[in-house]
Amino acid sequence: MTASSTESSASAHGVFDDVVRSDSSLRRFLHGLPGVDQVGCEARAAGLGTRSIKTTSKAWAIDLAIRMVDLTTLEGQDTHGKVRALASKAMRPDPADPTCPATAAVCVYPDMVSVAKQQLGHSGVHVAAVATAFPSGRAAMDIKLADTRDAVEAGADEIDMVIDRGAFLSGRYLDVFEEIAQVKEACARPDGTSAHLKVIFETGELQTYDNVRRASWLAMMAGGHFIKTSTGKVQPAATLPVTLIMLEAVRDFREQTGQMVGVKPAGGIKTTKDAIKYLVMVNETCGEDWLDPDWFRFGASTLLNDLLMQRTKMTTGRYSGPDYFTLD
Amino acid sequence: MTSPFEYAPAPESRAVVDIKPSYGLFVNGEFVDGSGTSFKTVNPATEEVLAEVAEASDADVDEAVKAARRAYTRVWSRMSGAERAKYLYRIARIIQERGRELAVLESIDNGKPIKESRDVDVPIVAAHFFYYAGWADKLKYAGYGDTPLGVAGQVIPWNFPLLMLAWKIAPALACGNTVVLKPAETTPLTALLFAEICQQADLPPGVVNIVTGAGATGRAIVSHPDVDKVAFTGSTEVGKAIARAVAGTDKKVTLELGGKAANIVFDDAPLDQAVEGIVNGIFFNQGHVCCAGSRLLVQESVADEVMSRLKRRMATLRVGDPLDKNTDVGAINSAEQLAKIRELSEIGEAEGAERWSAPCELPSNGYWFAPTVFTGVTQAHRIAREEIFGPVLSVLTFRTPSEAVEKANNTPFGLSAGVWTDKGSRILSMANRLRAGVIWANTFNKFDPTSPFGGYKESGYGREGGRHGLEAYLKGADN
Repeated sequence: MTASSTESSASAHGVFDDVVRSDSSLRRFLHGLPGVDQVGCEARAAGLGTRSIKTTSKAWAIDLAIRMVDLTTLEGQDTHGKVRALASKAMRPDPADPTCPATAAVCVYPDMVSVAKQQLGHSGVHVAAVATAFPSGRAAMDIKLADTRDAVEAGADEIDMVIDRGAFLSGRYLDVFEEIAQVKEACARPDGTSAHLKVIFETGELQTYDNVRRASWLAMMAGGHFIKTSTGKVQPAATLPVTLIMLEAVRDFREQTGQMVGVKPAGGIKTTKDAIKYLVMVNETCGEDWLDPDWFRFGASTLLNDLLMQRTKMTTGRYSGPDYFTLD
Repeated sequence: MTSPFEYAPAPESRAVVDIKPSYGLFVNGEFVDGSGTSFKTVNPATEEVLAEVAEASDADVDEAVKAARRAYTRVWSRMSGAERAKYLYRIARIIQERGRELAVLESIDNGKPIKESRDVDVPIVAAHFFYYAGWADKLKYAGYGDTPLGVAGQVIPWNFPLLMLAWKIAPALACGNTVVLKPAETTPLTALLFAEICQQADLPPGVVNIVTGAGATGRAIVSHPDVDKVAFTGSTEVGKAIARAVAGTDKKVTLELGGKAANIVFDDAPLDQAVEGIVNGIFFNQGHVCCAGSRLLVQESVADEVMSRLKRRMATLRVGDPLDKNTDVGAINSAEQLAKIRELSEIGEAEGAERWSAPCELPSNGYWFAPTVFTGVTQAHRIAREEIFGPVLSVLTFRTPSEAVEKANNTPFGLSAGVWTDKGSRILSMANRLRAGVIWANTFNKFDPTSPFGGYKESGYGREGGRHGLEAYLKGADN
């Protein structure tokens, strides 16, 4: 993904001008989307989880998954040292093996962007910053926008924003739409480029699959480049059925508008086995176009080491212990 | 697929199954040679001959019925329900223990994908034995009395060989009857393995007898004067012949015959799940399902959208080696059945319906048919009226709920139907108006031992499964 693209959202906006004219027209549109049958959705997600892939493909899938990881530290106790360590790991996940690819990005709080940026230099690993009063999103709009601008000015390539779940659940969809659109504007840089915007739904708080589908369309219409399940601070975080709904949404959105939107499950994905289940789901729902770090990411902090262990196992035939991999 | 992201051939090992070069009949607790000729059973995915199987002659059938009568009179009907239950529980547990073996053998002999035989057939088979074991000592509470009928002659089809065996044998035994069962000539192997399980469970000799053979053997069972009850699952044509054969006798009969089920998709349906349900409705078990959702009735306002989603989904179906865990659609059960599917599909084209088949590679050996959908089908087309019994879907459209009901009911059959809508009240009103034995809402092809199954009109009579399934094997409270 080039962190500088600005083209996509404007036209998407045009297609849905009538829809976003008023709260009621937006509600009509979102509630007119096909519903989701919970049992059927979960059965399909479970079915996709049983595919078995080739050993050669597995090696390829592990490397792809590593390249899709947004290596994340989002803790109150984060320090410059911790973030520098994380950034180093993102560039060289396996110091013993130079063929191991780098992760897609490191994901940090806005005040840590400059630290991460400095450490990453020109490595190509992006810096993603959570902004907009993450994780609750409970702050005044100007504060959320300031939070975003601050991260972008510090050099963030990608902004992970949270939507106002309170507004969404009380049916104020237009407020949520405008919030996303405004944050997107705040992602603009003086040189005309823009940081990429990932929109976090916190699906564990939205509760229903119908809500997940509506939130997906809302975020895509508002110009989000990526839709993301969770902050990682609320359980349940990413699940296969929730991700399936979001993948169906981006697939259908592309059919209608020609535009691709990325998907990022975040929180709770810990094992290679799980990651591969997600990749199978991407492949069978959206097709190969989405099997790319530009269009699919894992928001994870512990997944990477399991990927590295499996990767080593595939090359050496042996499992090694956790002490053979860096903490971060 | 050009992506490096390919699914592995993940074949289940055949080593768990020991297929003998030849099989006899299972009569009076022992395997015996048949007096008739023998026939071959083949693996439909490879055309490999699996085994020679004895064809039971009239004399063999007579021996089996005699054995069943002896076991009925001397042992089984005198045993308490609680004692019978112990045997049924034991059989159920052995089925679970040997589940892998049964699933692999079923897939080899039938052609169905291992993920269906392993995850659907065998678990439901075990569940049926567990369920009816639970009824054996509680028959008085079911409301049909507790007097068994005697000897049951049972003839089952090739589409769910083991499952249909369970549907027949479990309630019969629970009620105190003994059985003579004939599996289909193309899929006899799991029934013969089940015979071994009966031995392993120390089931008294003669309680279950398995005779193999084709139509003549089936006729011998049905027309045997000492058979008290006939249970048949299979084609409507054979079902009618059976009904004629037993007419005027005092034999009780249940028939589970063909279907041409309507799967009705309303414009407010959960579309992505509806598409899964359509796929499951017609491509599950290669469409070799009597209650398959072979007529898709889709509301005109969403017809195009549903069709484009369905075709996209069908393109991801993996057709091939039934033993591969990644296989979604397996082999057609026989050359004869494949010829019938091809013939009806050609008729569909000749009648002017538009044919679309999933772009999948088919293996060169064996019997294969790509998942296929016909659009532009009307009630007047033969493919909308006749049972194809293969992975072929006919798509019709409707405008209003009333029209959907009329079209759905406008068929000689009435086995099952499906309704897809987000509206609960519509589900209930449709279920009241559809003339079908089973109506699924927002799902399809789901089976459960506690739920009765059976049809209207040319789909047969009687119910299997659930409390209702006991009625067919008891004399009734009044007798």
